[in-house]
Amino acid sequence: MTAHYLVLSGLLFAIGAMGVLIRRNAIVVFMCVELMLNACNLAFVTFARQHGNLEGQIIAFFVMVVAAAEVVVGLAIIVTIFRTRRSASVDDANLLKY
Amino acid sequence: MNGVIQAPTIEYGTLAPMLLVFGAAVIGVLVEAFAPRYLRRAIHVPLTLLSLLGAFALVLIQVVKGDVPTTASAMGAVAVDGPALFIWGVILVLSFVCVLMINDEGHFVASAAAVPGSAEEEEAESAGSEHTEVYPLVLFAVGGMLLFPASHDLLTMFVALEVMSLPLYLLCGLARRRRLLSQEASMKYFLLGAFSSAFFLYGTAMIYGFAGTVSLPGINRALGTGALLDPLLLIGFAMLGVGLLFKIGAAPFQAWKPDVYQGAPTPITALMASGTLVAAVGALLRVFWVGLGNLDWNWRPIMWAVAALTMIVGAILAITQTDIKRMLAYSSIAHAGFLLIGVMATFDVSEQNSGSLSAILFYLLVYSLTTVGAFAVVTMVRDPGGEAGHLSRWAGLGKRSPLLAGIFAFFLLAFAGIPLTSGFFGKYAVFAAALASGSEAGDSLGGWMTGLVVVGVIASAIAAFFYVRVIVLMFFSEPAADGPTIAVPSTGTVAVIAVSLLITVGVGLFPQPMLDLANQAASGLFIR
Repeated sequence: MTAHYLVLSGLLFAIGAMGVLIRRNAIVVFMCVELMLNACNLAFVTFARQHGNLEGQIIAFFVMVVAAAEVVVGLAIIVTIFRTRRSASVDDANLLKY
Repeated sequence: MNGVIQAPTIEYGTLAPMLLVFGAAVIGVLVEAFAPRYLRRAIHVPLTLLSLLGAFALVLIQVVKGDVPTTASAMGAVAVDGPALFIWGVILVLSFVCVLMINDEGHFVASAAAVPGSAEEEEAESAGSEHTEVYPLVLFAVGGMLLFPASHDLLTMFVALEVMSLPLYLLCGLARRRRLLSQEASMKYFLLGAFSSAFFLYGTAMIYGFAGTVSLPGINRALGTGALLDPLLLIGFAMLGVGLLFKIGAAPFQAWKPDVYQGAPTPITALMASGTLVAAVGALLRVFWVGLGNLDWNWRPIMWAVAALTMIVGAILAITQTDIKRMLAYSSIAHAGFLLIGVMATFDVSEQNSGSLSAILFYLLVYSLTTVGAFAVVTMVRDPGGEAGHLSRWAGLGKRSPLLAGIFAFFLLAFAGIPLTSGFFGKYAVFAAALASGSEAGDSLGGWMTGLVVVGVIASAIAAFFYVRVIVLMFFSEPAADGPTIAVPSTGTVAVIAVSLLITVGVGLFPQPMLDLANQAASGLFIR
């Protein structure tokens, strides 16, 4: 039965990764990264069930804490850049190149 | 699982250096919360410097007493072995000198929340306010750097990766001048860093699915018994590799490095270019040696390609750069490639192959200290609008300030690996170790390793071209009339340049003591 959950987790991860690559709004890109982290959580919990140990479930808690910390830092950065440029598009931030 | 929870045993003595740094960081946060504004800097600077110094002393005591543990500490979460202690010592020295640079006036923004060019910004600047949060953030980043190469399971490694990276994302965005560039660097670093750590985590999940554990020796044991072509394992290993290679800045995951290095405040660039690289290489070694030791035939060709690509991309793209910090960033990518040659050599058939491990530790030490010195020189060459980044502004610097240009030229020669500098012995050690491991391994593999070393030598030659080009520019062209001014260096900056110059010259002339130290650190190998 756990295979279904793994497929779901793989799909979520792929959707997140595609989103990071094709979306242009920094907030949406960031949400896609969070989706990838949640896909990881689902995989951890599924494997914990499959192996019959608790390690995976504990890891899921750690990942949630890390994701929360990442939100704090990430939103601060994105809001700063939005206030400066009046745009949160990752294409507009294009001063650093070559 | 009968409801009785055993209290974990934690070896506080062994972990003391790391705990001291984290403790000082937490105290730093409390200082931010409770100390009055005018006192904060006066508290932060000694607190930060003393805690780093104290942590270094604790590492030294551990080494001198010779009680390097042979088992993992903290219930198998952290492994403080010979290589880890060596890396800790290097990171603590690097962060100490970087804090001396950070302590200088004028690198960090007065108020990060004020929009660039607005009235608030002007007000904050004229009021002389400053972000003293920089110090605890640096300490947290350094704590993460200490934990990253010493973590003995993938969960601890992931947490350490984030503890190291999150403060650095913020620090990148705090430059005082050219704030748009700085904020852009911060956003790019953050989004790409978060993306790559998601890959690291998914790789961890897949490997957990394969092995039923995330502890590195546990994974290796599962490799000894399980099917080595299990898709979970292969996917997991590839994704884990992506996460780690991103932090090192190996091609094809190098794109963030020039942008971030250029945009970030230069002292932070120095910290990232040295400390993060050292920590990430240490973690890569540990994962691939301890965790995936039984899988080496699987990843060897991929790592070969990554190493060759990294060296070539770094060396060739550096030629086209016009900004000094960007050029140093590409040079750092090329050096990441040279380090990967060492990584290839380390995982040889013979597990007792400590020679290549010591070569890589030695290379990390000499390269990172030279890097810090080079960035310290970059902070001193200034235009009215900030640092003089564009290479054309450096023309004729040798006539204007022969001493500074001479020192910088020496650092560049050390990067290029010219004899009588420390860089020569670093490169020599890594290439020799790669050749030795190749000849030990036999025909086909030996040929591959020789090929990689040839690529490395060619890349070094290309790299030497652009280092020498800067030297020629500094000494053999006329200075512009409105050329950059040389800032009068603070005591801190002088100390940074002096320390890295001393090590670069000293190790270049007398490499043996440092080589012995690296040999001794590597002789115990990683705890498995």
